[in-house]
Amino acid sequence: MRNSKAEVITVLDGHTMMISLYGDIDHHSAKRIRGEIDSSLYINRPKRAVMNMAEVEFMDSAGLGLIIGRLAVAEKIKCKLTILSPSQRVMKILDLAGAGRLVEIKQADDEKPSKAKSGKQS
Amino acid sequence: MNSQSTVVEKRKSGRPPENAKNELKLELPSLSVNEGIARSLVSVFVSQLDPTFEELSDLKCAVSEAVTNSIVHGYKNTVGPVYITLKILKERTVKIEVRDKGCGISDVKTAMQPLFTTDPDGERSGMGFTVMESFTDKVTVVSRPDHGTKVTMIKTVEGVRR
Repeated sequence: MRNSKAEVITVLDGHTMMISLYGDIDHHSAKRIRGEIDSSLYINRPKRAVMNMAEVEFMDSAGLGLIIGRLAVAEKIKCKLTILSPSQRVMKILDLAGAGRLVEIKQADDEKPSKAKSGKQS
Repeated sequence: MNSQSTVVEKRKSGRPPENAKNELKLELPSLSVNEGIARSLVSVFVSQLDPTFEELSDLKCAVSEAVTNSIVHGYKNTVGPVYITLKILKERTVKIEVRDKGCGISDVKTAMQPLFTTDPDGERSGMGFTVMESFTDKVTVVSRPDHGTKVTMIKTVEGVRR
């Protein structure tokens, strides 16, 4: 099994927290990842949190639940949450639930918020 | 649940009969670590059809949802068996059956609605069945309260063209 985890880095300016997710996000791994993110959010109380999903290899609807739950926590501590660099696979799940309406989704290579990039089929 | 009779195909020569279809039957306890194991097994079984990355990912995700449902909803805080049957139906069509002997679903139609969730904590998306329906061609759910749930998914894969 791949090692699925959330690595939390508080970025230099002290206001933005970087959360990098790795591996498979399913119901099994989400339980632990959720705890790791929440404790960091509550301790650091950042103004912004960026959830980097570039290294996520698999995600099912439990990942959606993870994002929705973290959005609620972020709202509580008045933090703005952004999803960064979801793969096409992750984007397919996010789009199913219309997650783009709930949370800002960005790709690393563009500064503009983006929804699913259409056309690119693997 | 139906009892299944095993048909033993007769071999005329040394080769298996033309209509023999590949099948894999698994039984796993409802432990969450088995969500990933189920995905890996589906991946291995389906690879005989040379699916595209997209098709393979769709099937892995669909089975992940079904197995998670059995673990989280079917058995809740108990541990029981989850039965997975993978079968090649036709040349390029695979059937995935995920069955449990858990608490069952009293209202399947409502449970299958997008965003429907029994979770009061806002930690679940309620998108499990929607994912299964979007990522496969056909999803059938048969459930009896206190007896269990059977989810059947069918998908025809185009495969990698050579």
